[in-house]
Formats: sequence, structure tokens, C-alpha cells
Amino acid sequence: MANTDVIIHDEKDNVGVVVIEKVTPNQDCNCWIMENDKSSKIQSKSEIPLGHKIAMVDLKEGDTILKYGHDIGKVVKNINKGEHVHVHNVKTKKW
Amino acid sequence: MEIPKSFLGYKRDNGRVGTRNHVIILPVDDISNACAEAVANNIKGTIALPHSYGRLQFGADLELHFRTMIGTGKNPNVAAVIVIGIEPKWTKRIVDSIAKTGKPVEGFSIEGVGDINTIAKVSKKAQEFSMWASEKQREECPISDLWISVKCGESDTTSGLASNPTVGNLMDKLEPLGVHLCFGETSELTGAETVCAKRGKTPEAQKKFMKTWSDYNDFILKEATNDLSESQPTAGNIAGGLTTIEEKAFGNFQKIGSRQFIDVLEPAEEPTKGKGLYFMDTSSAAAECVTLQAAGGFNIHLFPTGQGNIIGNPIEPVIKLTANPLTVKTMSEHIDVDVSKILSREMNLDQAGDELIKSTIKVANGRLTCAEALGHKEFVMTKLYRSA
Repeated sequence: MANTDVIIHDEKDNVGVVVIEKVTPNQDCNCWIMENDKSSKIQSKSEIPLGHKIAMVDLKEGDTILKYGHDIGKVVKNINKGEHVHVHNVKTKKW
Repeated sequence: MEIPKSFLGYKRDNGRVGTRNHVIILPVDDISNACAEAVANNIKGTIALPHSYGRLQFGADLELHFRTMIGTGKNPNVAAVIVIGIEPKWTKRIVDSIAKTGKPVEGFSIEGVGDINTIAKVSKKAQEFSMWASEKQREECPISDLWISVKCGESDTTSGLASNPTVGNLMDKLEPLGVHLCFGETSELTGAETVCAKRGKTPEAQKKFMKTWSDYNDFILKEATNDLSESQPTAGNIAGGLTTIEEKAFGNFQKIGSRQFIDVLEPAEEPTKGKGLYFMDTSSAAAECVTLQAAGGFNIHLFPTGQGNIIGNPIEPVIKLTANPLTVKTMSEHIDVDVSKILSREMNLDQAGDELIKSTIKVANGRLTCAEALGHKEFVMTKLYRSA
């Protein structure tokens, strides 16, 4: 089994979580989808530390971020596939 | 793994079982803290539970204060109780309610006596209680005598990926054995509230949950500042990769595994509908939440953390687990159970759940938690509004 760099909770999710100390730009990352035990790959575009999210697809302003298969907030600045997803480009829909 | 059927606990007169055998000196109000702490300094084997409130409270806020005081005294981890207040009336109300458990309890009031004479009088009684309690022995008790509360803190994405689901795995394995379980953190279910409500076992429980959540959310919206002043998520949560309250909520929610909750409890309310999982309406601040759950009668606590929350409680042992390998490295003295190997996929959830069950039994049998060894005794009253 190849080392897992990114874990994705649910097949529907458009973000994954970095589970190694950090990924560096242009790193080819091995992804594991917990829900169905499938694997996939993603090339990172940013440096992303442990626990932070990576975009699995291109995301446009107004799109919904899905994690655990659920809505966890809205995109407020376009995000390219492989880029860091966090408070600089995603906001809550709640408060 | 075959789950242990029993643990070694302290049997109490009211049928409950303690995982600890504390003699507590409980001040009714803030100004009685000094007396309580002086007695606990004098008499070995006792602990004082100082706190900040108890004067001029009224209505629902006062009722919560009483419920927390009385529930703390009634908790089976407590062998005997001394209550000290400035005035006799509220002191007596607390003493009388705790006495219904059958455990030794005695109240003292300071007005008209002064600190020094009160300390002398109370110390005599505290010595008697401490020496009496020291004779109590642990006996074999069924695992169903465990009342397990859960709350996570300084969470990050590793909490939702691994440490919270580990707690969920434990719940899935232990609930069928008849344990009582409790989760709370009303505000931290925001974003996952409708998904959580569906876990109510009955339409009444579901409705009660939505009302409880809505009331709390209305209050937050009424007082809200921009981004809730970085309180939800906290700076620590954000550093750990959590972006929004919704993301935090779905991670939080993993702690209940695939369980359904029977009922919604008021803060510090004791469950009365039998074994199984309960939701308690609590703040999401760690010490406030655990204090309320302990007052609800829970005798052992599981606390998953990501970035490294260090909380403990004076009467309910708090077991900490983390899946964050950096936290394991930098804050090892606070971590009872390391489940970081889930992230590298060298451990699965089933194995992690088993490890957590083993540690829970060890602590129930008397092993000190990291928080106990480090002296964490956070006893924090929840205040609903300003005093009169």
C-alpha cells in the first residue's frame, strides 16, 4: 500500500485533508477515500500543512464545499484544483 | 477484541458506582472559596471545588446553579461532601438534596461565625469524612455501571478524521452493553443540526433537540460580532485546518458513531430514561461542558483533541485522545491515548476503538489520567445571565 498523503471522507467531497506533515507545490499526492476504500491521485498547487484541505476539483465563487458528504461552507474566491482551501477562500453560511 | 464485562468501582448506597472516591469541600458561593480551600489544605484526602458564582442569581440561572452544585455532590465519584456557604438557607437546600443519595454530607455557613472558626469546625468533620472514605474498597461492577460523557476540544481536522470517530466506535461497541452515554456542545452542532436531529430516537427527542439548538443559535445571532470574535472556530481550530463552524460540527458529530439519542437533557440534568445515549444542552467551552456532564451524574469522560486541549475535572476523570501526530510529539504529557496511526493507516477505527475501551477500563479501575496527574481540576459553572 502506497503512503496516504490525503484522506477524503466521502466520495461526494470536493476537498481532501492532508495527513502528512505538509505537501509541497507540484507534489503528486496519494488520496484515500474512507467511505468506499477507493484511491485516487491529486497534484498539489500550494504548500499545504497537516490537517489543512486541498481542492479536489476547480471551485468557483459561490460553490459549496462538501466534506463528510455535507455542506460545510461557500467559496468566496475561485480555487483551482490542487490549491489550499481555508479561511482565505471559504466562509461559513451560518454566522 | 472481547470487551471486558466488568471494572472495579466504588458501590454507593443509591445503587450508582464511582470510578473515584473523592471527599469534596463544595463552596455554595464565590466568597466561601477561601474557607473551602483552607479546609482542603488542612485535611488530606479532600479537595475544594472553588468557583466564581452563587450570589444574587435568580430564576433559571439560579436553578442551574443549584442543579450543578447538587449534581456534583450526588455524583458517584464523590464519597462524601462538605458544603460551605455564606448563608444557611441555600447551603441547606444543597445539603438536603445531596443527602437523598445516602452519602455523608454536612453543611456549614460562615455568617456570624467568621472564616477561622468555620475552618476549625469544618476541618473536624472533613477529617472524619476523609478517614471514613479511605476505608472504602473497589469491588467488581458490571460495565453497565459506567456513565460515559464525551466532549472534544481544540479540535482540528484530525479530530473529525480519527479521534472523534474512535469515540464513536467505542459508543457503538459499549451502548449495547447498557452503559449511559452523553454528548453536548449545542453551538458546535451548528451546520450539522438537522443531521443530528434525525438521530433522535423519537419524534419528541428530535423536536426537543431542534428547539434547544434554535434557542441557542438565536442567542448567538443576537449577540454575534463579525466571525464571532474568532471564538467559533477558535484560532487553534483554524491553525489546525478547520475553516467553518459547519466543518467543525460534522467533525464533532462523529463522536456518537451510529447511535441514536433517547432524550435531550437540560444543562446538568440527570438522565432518567434508562441506559443509552443522551444529548445535554451545554456550552462548547470544555470546562463548562464537562462540569455540567459531571453534575448530570457521568463518572468517566472521553475527550478527543486535535491541537491539544489540556482540560481536567475535579471529580470526573478526563481521558484525552488525539490523532494529531504533532500534538502527540509536542504535548505527550496530556495524551492518554494516541490514535495518530489511523492517519497513516497503520491502525483502523476498530482497533482504535478497542484501545480506547482498554484505556477507559484502566482509568475506571483507578489509573490516573494525564489531567489528574498534572493537577487539572477545572470546575466552571455555566452562567445564563447577569445576577440581580
